[in-house]
Amino acid sequence: MQTNILSLCYLIGSVSFIIGLKMLSHPATARKGNLVAAAGMAIAIVGTLFLYRPAGIEFHNYTWIGAALIIGTVIGSAAARKVKMTAMPEMVSLFNGMGGLCAALISIVEFGHIAQDHTAMHVLSIIAGMIIGSVSFSGSMIAYGKLSGKITDHTFRGQHVFNLVTLFVILVMGALIVMGYFAAPVSVFCIILALSLGYGILFVLPIGGADMPVVISLLNSFTGIATACAGFLYNNPVMLTGGILVGSAGAILTILMCNAMNRSIKNVLIGSFGGTTAASGPAGSSEGTYKEISLNDAAMVMGYAHKVIIVPGYGLAVAQAQHACHELEKSLRENGVEVKYAIHPVAGRMPGHMNVLLAEADVSYDDLLELEPANEQFSSADVVLILGANDVVNPAAENDPASPIYGMPILEVGKAKLVIVNKRSMRPGYAGIENQLFFLPNTSMLFGDAKDVLQQLISQVKAL
Amino acid sequence: MQTLLDFIQNNLQQFYIVILSVFLGIEVISRVPSVLHTPLMSGANAIHGVIIIGAIIVMGEAPSDNYLVLILGFLAVIVGTINVVGGFVVTDRMLEMFKTGKQASSKQVKEN
Repeated sequence: MQTNILSLCYLIGSVSFIIGLKMLSHPATARKGNLVAAAGMAIAIVGTLFLYRPAGIEFHNYTWIGAALIIGTVIGSAAARKVKMTAMPEMVSLFNGMGGLCAALISIVEFGHIAQDHTAMHVLSIIAGMIIGSVSFSGSMIAYGKLSGKITDHTFRGQHVFNLVTLFVILVMGALIVMGYFAAPVSVFCIILALSLGYGILFVLPIGGADMPVVISLLNSFTGIATACAGFLYNNPVMLTGGILVGSAGAILTILMCNAMNRSIKNVLIGSFGGTTAASGPAGSSEGTYKEISLNDAAMVMGYAHKVIIVPGYGLAVAQAQHACHELEKSLRENGVEVKYAIHPVAGRMPGHMNVLLAEADVSYDDLLELEPANEQFSSADVVLILGANDVVNPAAENDPASPIYGMPILEVGKAKLVIVNKRSMRPGYAGIENQLFFLPNTSMLFGDAKDVLQQLISQVKAL
Repeated sequence: MQTLLDFIQNNLQQFYIVILSVFLGIEVISRVPSVLHTPLMSGANAIHGVIIIGAIIVMGEAPSDNYLVLILGFLAVIVGTINVVGGFVVTDRMLEMFKTGKQASSKQVKEN
């Protein structure tokens, strides 16, 4: 009876994950979809807590489980509530790493149990779960560090080959354990664990910051697969469906993100090695002359323009300037200026990140232009105001095959009559490459923190 | 060869689930607008937190005097819960903003 109810719980859980994901992919139903999936998860967890009785063994250690659940809930919800919208990508990466760590820990414990009875299937699930889980954990931690600026890109000569060799060694040792080749597999298991953790670090370290969303999505998919391995191990349908669902959806999402940036997944994972070295050359060498524009003049040309297109980028997000940006938009509107936003698919640090930020500041959906309509409208714009965006407006993506971002579709802001670029300094952008746009004759620089600059622009525009 | 066939035969049900879930995952996601990429990734991230069930099973079956297993299991339950709770809350916060944005724009339309 109990087992039957538990099976029903798992069935409800699995179905709710599918429906939840489906609803999450439509704007109108997305929020409900998230709640549906959460409800399904709650049912599956509570069911497991009170109804899981394999072979009649009573569950014990309820105090420990309860304490861990409470601690996890407190930390998880506090972190999720406190995090600023700008730091969302690294938070997702951090949570993903927690899932990977969980999978790795389960595999470690279960490996200690297999001495008594084991099938090749069991060992395979454990080893695969451990390898994928630890790669996902250490990789996500590095991605987190990179996105929050604590870790910089790092490469050494032959890292690509070194990584492949490490991966090969991990797979061979894992396969040998599964086939029962070692008399004392525990020490080998520990070596694989260490190598997997190291591989996760080496795998993510050289990848450029601009490609980090793709990597997080990929690691997300990895954790899904690790979850499915544990599902195999416990013969647990909800873990299996949940894991595989995320694994395949994450893989597709990774490919969709790559398409949005016009990058192939191979380029992201391997090309980065060439990319970083090629990028360091031109970054130091190209020195041009650029013009500056005063706040006064900037406010003047914008206030008397017919049409202004704002290009928000990560600089805006860092400065928490989305509200100030909306204010400027409103005061320009009062002066009869037509204002639009041009949103690059990867503006900010993740696809859709900028839309989330602007939605937070109550910017209307109708004023957000996607890449193609934006590129059609730039030629009719009097002023384009770039707020902390860099790589997404870099013409090198169109005309410099040596550039690491070559081939990425960009916002063709150069077509506008005047381009005002707000940046904190002349330092190159996230991908670490120089931007020729800043040296074009119709470009003027407006240095300063995005929020300060916007607030002064607002008061100047209002005074017009 | 025989072992491989036996292996598939013995786990046939799981293989069905895996293969159908792969196609389902691809099908469910493939038409998502790029605006929703981040929330969707975050939502999927919360869903793989179902690994927590494995951690609960590890803890529930662990002998009360095996402290190594208890500590590892305890950690696993904590990090798994962080993944689940944090993932769903963060996704909800992101999507909440989409909602207010929409309500604001529909309000503006009404005012006009």
